[in-house]
Amino acid sequence: MTLGFYPGCSLKGSSREYAESVLAVAKAFDIHLEEIKDWNCCGATAAHNMNKELSLALPARILSLAEKQGLTEIVVPCAACYSRLTVTKHELSENPALKAVVTDANDLAYTGSVSVLNIVQMLDKYIIPNLEGRVVKPFEHKVACYYGCLLVRPHEILKFDREEDPQSLDALMLKAGATPIDWAFKTECCGAGLSVSRTSSVGRLSGKIIGDAKDRGAEAIIVACPMCHSNLDMRRDAINAYLGEKVDIPVLYITQAIGLAIGLDRKALGLQRHFVKVSV
Amino acid sequence: MSSDTHHSGISGLGGEVLGHTDVKVSHCYQCGKCSAGCPLSEEMDYPPSVIMRMLQTANPDLEDKVLRSLSIWVCLTCEMCFARCPMSIDIPKMMDFLREKSLNEKKSNPKAKEIIAFHKSFLDSIKYTGRLYEIGLFVDYKARTLKILDDLALAPKMMKRGKLNIIPELIKDRSGVAAIFRKANKKNKN
Repeated sequence: MTLGFYPGCSLKGSSREYAESVLAVAKAFDIHLEEIKDWNCCGATAAHNMNKELSLALPARILSLAEKQGLTEIVVPCAACYSRLTVTKHELSENPALKAVVTDANDLAYTGSVSVLNIVQMLDKYIIPNLEGRVVKPFEHKVACYYGCLLVRPHEILKFDREEDPQSLDALMLKAGATPIDWAFKTECCGAGLSVSRTSSVGRLSGKIIGDAKDRGAEAIIVACPMCHSNLDMRRDAINAYLGEKVDIPVLYITQAIGLAIGLDRKALGLQRHFVKVSV
Repeated sequence: MSSDTHHSGISGLGGEVLGHTDVKVSHCYQCGKCSAGCPLSEEMDYPPSVIMRMLQTANPDLEDKVLRSLSIWVCLTCEMCFARCPMSIDIPKMMDFLREKSLNEKKSNPKAKEIIAFHKSFLDSIKYTGRLYEIGLFVDYKARTLKILDDLALAPKMMKRGKLNIIPELIKDRSGVAAIFRKANKKNKN
């Protein structure tokens, strides 16, 4: 079967391994992910912090292109892109005047007919029903499932999982053979877009997350967002400086963990690209 | 101005917030859950609940302080405040409006210089190529902030792991994306 695919910029660059693992897992279950042709950046934090119209017009162009290509359902693995696309759909359906301004800026037809799936929804809908019997190497580790912000908030718009103590990633990891732990920082922010401009804040925020995961005995942290991953993995020096100790718990994308469980090659899942060595 | 209009949230900046975002500052009863849950409140000059109170007063001096605050820029839009607000006040949506207004009125806090520079470098990158070009973003950000040495060690490590593209990804319809920026900027002085 075929699903639409919006990788977004991170998955083409600093979070290449997320794209690799998403595509590898999809392929293992005979799902073809068809990329939206000529897609643009969703605008991310920068656009909605600086210019509202821009922050809606950029995602609207992506959704229009998907419509034009005949895609009815698109998978958006980056939690930030997922949030921007879903918020845009919501705002344009609630506010016809805004829709007129944004579609005029785009010069493309927009009806809002495309469904947007985050990675957990995609896995739940198309992979999990067929997972039984495919787990050849159960991921037998204690894992801290870290959801971050944009996968679950704001609930009024996303209507996905619980805002406090969400469970969807934990349920997936349980099926992959892992033992998800109870911990307190599932949805605390990692520092997100301040990674470059205020790295010390990221060290503190991400430090608390890593610190709690360690204190509760996690052997791996599971994420579904490239910003969460880059802060928890690439910013480990700042995190360790904040914690005052060296913590080497690896951070895996949910698709990497599931990929390992179904016996996919570590390199095909991009595990060698991480800053913190993936020892599990 | 009567105390009645002060608390209705329809006068002054609170009124503008309401008109542009539907967010009612008048609904805040100062429980402080937003400030307690905000991961950045200790780095802010005014925590979120205090920003709400300042807007409720409709005092022009306090409104000016809100637009000049560091708070509105260190806010990560993590949405925790909105999730926990018993009155469902969409504070992040209000923050987006306040940031844009602060920029348009050239009131942005000097301590937010790097944060704003990063956003500008990010948007410039996608304006020209349609997608984010990470090396271009770093170079442009360093040029804006003169933070030449920061993260210098990171780039080669990313390169070694195949996490940085040397050549930018260029979309075909760059003029379409440029037009989006042009039209959006017409209504916005930035």
